Amino acid sequence: MFSHDAAQPYFFRKNNFSGFYKRESHCTFAADLKYALPIVDMTAFRKYWIVLIFSALCLPTFAQHEDHNHPQESGAQAETSADANQHPQVDAHHGEEHSPCGHPIDAETEGVYNAGDAAIHHIADANSIHIFGDIFMPLPCFLYAPGFGWTITSSSAFHPHHHGSGEVSKDGYVLVHGSVMRLKDEALVAEEQHIEGYTHNTVSVDGKNKTIYYAMINGSCQELVNKSTYDGGLMGGGVTSFYDYSITRNVFTMLLTCLILFLAFRAAAVAARRREGQAPKGLQNFLEPFYTFIRDDVAIPAIGPKYEKYMPFLLSVFFFILGLNLIGQIPFFPGSANVTGNISITIVLAIMTFILTLISSNKHYWEHILWMPGIPAWVKVILTPVEILGLFLKPFTLLLRLFANITAGHIVVLCFVGLIFIFGKAGTSVGGSVAGFFAAAPLTIFMMALELLVAFLQAFIFVMLSATYFGMALEEPHGEHH
Amino acid sequence: MVFIVDFSVIKPDPGLLIWTTVIFGLFWFIMSRFAFKPIAESLKKREIDIQSSLDEAKIAREEMSNLKAENEILLAKAREERSAILKEAKDAKDDIIADAKERANAEYKRKVESAIQDIENQKQAAIIALKNQAGQMAIEIAEKVLRKELSNKSEQEAYAKSLADNITLN
Repeated sequence: MFSHDAAQPYFFRKNNFSGFYKRESHCTFAADLKYALPIVDMTAFRKYWIVLIFSALCLPTFAQHEDHNHPQESGAQAETSADANQHPQVDAHHGEEHSPCGHPIDAETEGVYNAGDAAIHHIADANSIHIFGDIFMPLPCFLYAPGFGWTITSSSAFHPHHHGSGEVSKDGYVLVHGSVMRLKDEALVAEEQHIEGYTHNTVSVDGKNKTIYYAMINGSCQELVNKSTYDGGLMGGGVTSFYDYSITRNVFTMLLTCLILFLAFRAAAVAARRREGQAPKGLQNFLEPFYTFIRDDVAIPAIGPKYEKYMPFLLSVFFFILGLNLIGQIPFFPGSANVTGNISITIVLAIMTFILTLISSNKHYWEHILWMPGIPAWVKVILTPVEILGLFLKPFTLLLRLFANITAGHIVVLCFVGLIFIFGKAGTSVGGSVAGFFAAAPLTIFMMALELLVAFLQAFIFVMLSATYFGMALEEPHGEHH
Repeated sequence: MVFIVDFSVIKPDPGLLIWTTVIFGLFWFIMSRFAFKPIAESLKKREIDIQSSLDEAKIAREEMSNLKAENEILLAKAREERSAILKEAKDAKDDIIADAKERANAEYKRKVESAIQDIENQKQAAIIALKNQAGQMAIEIAEKVLRKELSNKSEQEAYAKSLADNITLN
């Protein structure tokens, strides 16, 4: 089968300099892969080492992000100790003892690490992007407080330091762990305040535990409020004193993804026009199968002859979700944002599907929802409310499925990475950290591979179901009623 | 250490809602206009091209097979014609040979007949000449006999006999 010596390790063979390996009468990726796999003749031991090295390459981003809370940690995390030393005043103010308004959030509490909390913190949106160490990319902030007006600034105006917490307030806004919050006390809004530190306290309000954050200004605790959210208080949010319309990490990632997608597809479109009458190649050849896949396996079977009108929407949704899912998998700078795992994004996409379904709907569709023909009247009385509920449940499951899958994936990956800190007792045990690394690396690799599948799968499911809903709305009566 | 633990991803954020609507709306519009439309058009065109090429190839193939069949028919016809021509030629040859033979026979017969006629004529002439000669000879013999009769009868007879023997019909 192979002209060259198969006993030689693959990497040392000749004639593979021209590409990944020497091409021999293969022209499809699958054939190439099938060909390449048996050549890669490595022992399990060597494979394990490659996996470990790869995970080591991936890991610093996470490690960097989390370990700067543990200045005692040595080895690869040594530089973070230096980070902590650059801002000794923050820690000096609080130390280990509890301040009057709760626990200082930037305190270095040894041996305490909660992987779940860390994961939930990292999947959240933020007003600045953490790049490396203490380097944060500032983002524009468009903040609106009713009765006060607009505040347009950059997150760098809060002088963020360690952990992305700001040292000063601006128009009453402060930056806590990269997120904008506002001082509750309107008297402090007028002028810039120096923030000595941030604390938090868990209080019980109406039997529910609620975390309240405070800013230390001139030695006194000032309560902070979160930005407004439209959860009606169900998830602990609600409308507060201000709205955040900033270009956040998620918005930035969305813009970036859309730009990348546009450039790629524009290149393919230009190539398609320029190379008319020729066989497609390169990027065009890579992207066209996606297009035909959505058309032939999603739109046409689900929607039917009127599919063409829906193609741009289905394609846009598919690539928007897929692009964001994939870019969210990249563990370092332009990636790692949990965009499709944020319910606001999935809500918008599901609402668009819902509106398009309503626009497409015909008489037959509404007849089946409101007064299903061909069944006894008393069943109709039960069925109609169920159908009306279903009308709203469909987009709701759509938005929840995508949100839950992506968020869960991010949390699991982050928790596996957190194993390093759990084994390492939050940085106090170097041996534990090393053991944790060896345990976490294969698990993280496995989870990331799974997430890669989920990224494609969820994008596909979203468009598949959207197309099915459009198809249902467009369906014509079949002659006889059932 | 303590993180801000706020499961904010489940709270619909007005800022994100608006930005997503704007960005996705623009993405949808721009992509459908400047990316998906040309790709869709080119794909459709290519599909039509490929289909028409296949159809054309099929038609050409059919035409080819038709042509082939026609050629075969023509060939068969030609072969038939050839054999017919050959047969005709053979017949003609046979005719010619038979005719020639007949004519040759007739000529031969005529020649033989004329030869026989000639021989007959010659014979008659010879007979006449012989008769004349024989008559003359008989006269001569008679003359000689008459001359000798006078001497000896027996001798006369012998002599007549010898004369008769000497007569050779030439």
